[in-house]
Amino acid sequence: MRIESLAAFEGYVEDARAKFATRQSEVLVCCGTGCLANGAAAVAEAFAAALEGTPAQVKTFTKRTGCHGFCERGPLVVLRPSGVLYTKVKPRDVAEIVEKTVHGGTAIPRLLYKDPASGQRIQHYQEVPFYKHQTRVAMRRIGLIDPTDIDDALAHGAYRGLAKALTMTPEEVLAEVATSGLRGRGGAGFPTARKWRSCRNAKGERKFILCNGDEGDPGAFKDRSIMEGDPHSVLEGMIIGGWAVGAHEGIIYVRDEYPLAVVNLTLAIAQARDRGLLGTNILGSGFDFDIRISRGGGAFVCGESSALMRSLEGKVGEPRAKYVHATDRGLYDLPTVLNNVETWADVGAILEHGGAWFAAMGTEKSKGTKAFSLVGKVKNTGLIELPMGMTLRQIIYDIGGGVMGDRPFKAVQTGGPSGGCVPEALLDLPVDYEKLTEAGSMMGSGGMIVMDDRTCMVDVARYFLKFLTEESCGKCVPCREGLHQMLLIFDDLVAGRGRPGDIERIERLSRGMQLGSLCELGKSAPNPVLSTLRYFRDEYVAHVERRECPAGICRDLTTYEISPETCDGCHACFKACPVEAITGKVKELHVIHQDKCISCGACYDACPTHAVRFLPKHEMAARGVA
Amino acid sequence: MSTEATGEVTVTIDGKAVKARAGTFLLEVARGAGIDIPTLCHHPALEPYGGCRLCVVDVTEKGWDGWCKMVIACQFPVKDGLIVFTQSERVLETRKVVLDLLLARCPETPLIQNLAARYGITETSYQRNPDPTDCILCALCTRVCDHLGVSAIATVNRGIGREVAPPFGQAPPDCIGCLACAEICPTDFIPYSTSNSSRTIWGKTFQMLRCPACGRAHITVEQARHFAGKGGVSESYFTLCDACKRAHMAATFQRLQQVPGVSALGGR
Repeated sequence: MRIESLAAFEGYVEDARAKFATRQSEVLVCCGTGCLANGAAAVAEAFAAALEGTPAQVKTFTKRTGCHGFCERGPLVVLRPSGVLYTKVKPRDVAEIVEKTVHGGTAIPRLLYKDPASGQRIQHYQEVPFYKHQTRVAMRRIGLIDPTDIDDALAHGAYRGLAKALTMTPEEVLAEVATSGLRGRGGAGFPTARKWRSCRNAKGERKFILCNGDEGDPGAFKDRSIMEGDPHSVLEGMIIGGWAVGAHEGIIYVRDEYPLAVVNLTLAIAQARDRGLLGTNILGSGFDFDIRISRGGGAFVCGESSALMRSLEGKVGEPRAKYVHATDRGLYDLPTVLNNVETWADVGAILEHGGAWFAAMGTEKSKGTKAFSLVGKVKNTGLIELPMGMTLRQIIYDIGGGVMGDRPFKAVQTGGPSGGCVPEALLDLPVDYEKLTEAGSMMGSGGMIVMDDRTCMVDVARYFLKFLTEESCGKCVPCREGLHQMLLIFDDLVAGRGRPGDIERIERLSRGMQLGSLCELGKSAPNPVLSTLRYFRDEYVAHVERRECPAGICRDLTTYEISPETCDGCHACFKACPVEAITGKVKELHVIHQDKCISCGACYDACPTHAVRFLPKHEMAARGVA
Repeated sequence: MSTEATGEVTVTIDGKAVKARAGTFLLEVARGAGIDIPTLCHHPALEPYGGCRLCVVDVTEKGWDGWCKMVIACQFPVKDGLIVFTQSERVLETRKVVLDLLLARCPETPLIQNLAARYGITETSYQRNPDPTDCILCALCTRVCDHLGVSAIATVNRGIGREVAPPFGQAPPDCIGCLACAEICPTDFIPYSTSNSSRTIWGKTFQMLRCPACGRAHITVEQARHFAGKGGVSESYFTLCDACKRAHMAATFQRLQQVPGVSALGGR
């Protein structure tokens, strides 16, 4: 049904609210990609089946929502309005939940989240530390709504920002965004209002609004969750952007590896058109704007703005020099605004609540909130959003619950392959654009990879180099040849073939790549190398000069042995060993056979008594043990 | 371009004041003023590419408080008051890294050896390519092919696996055998053979057209067809070779001059 005017919009939203208000309770089953992988679809089906035909069915609805964020504990189920959170729900738990909680109103302790710190079971999701410290703006509706139902989104405030923006002049909208202090959430942090202003001022009748959904950093998935869980927030932001700069065409460039995002966005666009929120004469305002989806072909570099636009033009997605800004000559050489998914998702909320509201959160130069994918060796893996300026310690320990297995924290990698590693000494660093850059890392795509003491920083740098070597388009010499040569040096380092002068060679090459590369992929490629070199130089020196890996990770440099004094014969290492290199009977001393051992460290991680220890391979060789 | 796009501007390159038209690319302006900036992927007949990164220079402006931006000269449009340093320390440092890397890739290519030597590099500090190639991936060949409206070859694969190739590595169906790719190649990397009867390049063999006047095989059948289509002329336009065409025209002019009242120079 088409909403013809702004006045009718208010009425429509009221009706939608009323429709959902008749529901006494809801079972919100997280159907984000993470929970789906853990079997959430079967859980949702089980709920729908269990509730069918019961008296409760009329009043209780099963809702398949987007990502709740707490992926570590999925599949997640939240009951509304009570707010009871159940974790790791299996289809076989459903009958009991329906009986005891939906009908009986009592919680099932077994399925509640257990706080590792206190050992207490926590009933309501708002009290779980993972959620308690968060403030959600871009993710404001994710987990609450059914992303395939625009009326649900509307009942939860979607398009209110748009309705307000259409009563304002484009200049007023620009001023509001400027007041908010919003900066690009794709990583570089360029002031959004300034970008829009340039595009608005650019000459030309035809302009474009683009959404960068080509999120490709290892460990980052915030954009995916937004597109999957609340696609309307993205559409709303883009329409407002179009109104502000005078554009009528929008394109969302989304990775083809995000099939659910593509499905939900496609559906959202169709529903928005149907309601008159997209297309001609939006809400009777006389403003025309439409959005289409373009699916990426799997090249990481297409997340770079100029390459993304080339790709949209149907050409090979390779970057080009940007001495003329995209806001003047972007897609098809026409004025173009390109913003990240999260940036667009913030815009609607900013218009709805005002720029000052947004600017009240965050730090001096980095306003508002920021979404992060918290992954790696952290207890509470998941998707979070918090005000800028929270410290890394708060994020990793208060929200993330600390390091897995309570091992010592070593570093956190932020910003993906363009970012860097921040060491323990900087754990109290407030997270914002400036502080992360000063620390040699960057905000980037909002990936945060937590690393424990069982991490070799040379190996980490090599991992990102390998990723980038595969993703470099190869157009310019410093990136193509530089990454290749850098990786060769690192291959040597981890294999014990380091040569004197390698560290200096790495530094010189890094500088040449930073200065000489064509696009940000190449310019920022040395960041993981330089930041690990800056904070963990001694590890590099150990690899080059002593052919040792202090973390015991590089297989060619490390051997493992079992200490006879500490081994209690628990047999855990025997079970963990993938190559049958360990012999020993239960309650007897176990032995690692060096001729079979591949130095994977599985025994080390499995041993409860720390009887397995590692030492440099050359030391073992010196002992004459084969 | 900016409002001053048509106006004349003054830029300072290595301390020398140079006049130029606003919006002209810096490389062209510098070369016009006799200032040498090295390049490997630039060609005046083609759009700038920005792949070799050798033409990096530092630029600054009066209000920038001495802050310099590093840009590539081939693609950077000049504006009034621009101050350019083509030999700053970090410019030379960057060029050295680029040449060092190229020397590792193409250790036996004279063009690279000579250019690297000019920057004091005779031996690469990186791992020498175990399979030396002469292809520097400047993409002049693919761009000239695009420019002629043929696009028979392209760069394929990503990263270090990048190479110039016809589609699927097979004889390119669109190739017209014009040899533009081979002739523009700065390292003579693209092999071909040509005779009076046929020409072979990229694994495809073409039949030659002979000039009826001199008998020289000067163009392939496909080439004549392609350019006749592009230029809107008949294929017979290409029957005579260029030299014979010129001779033919000269003869025509001479003949016309014999005719009373007619001037070959267009006068009455």
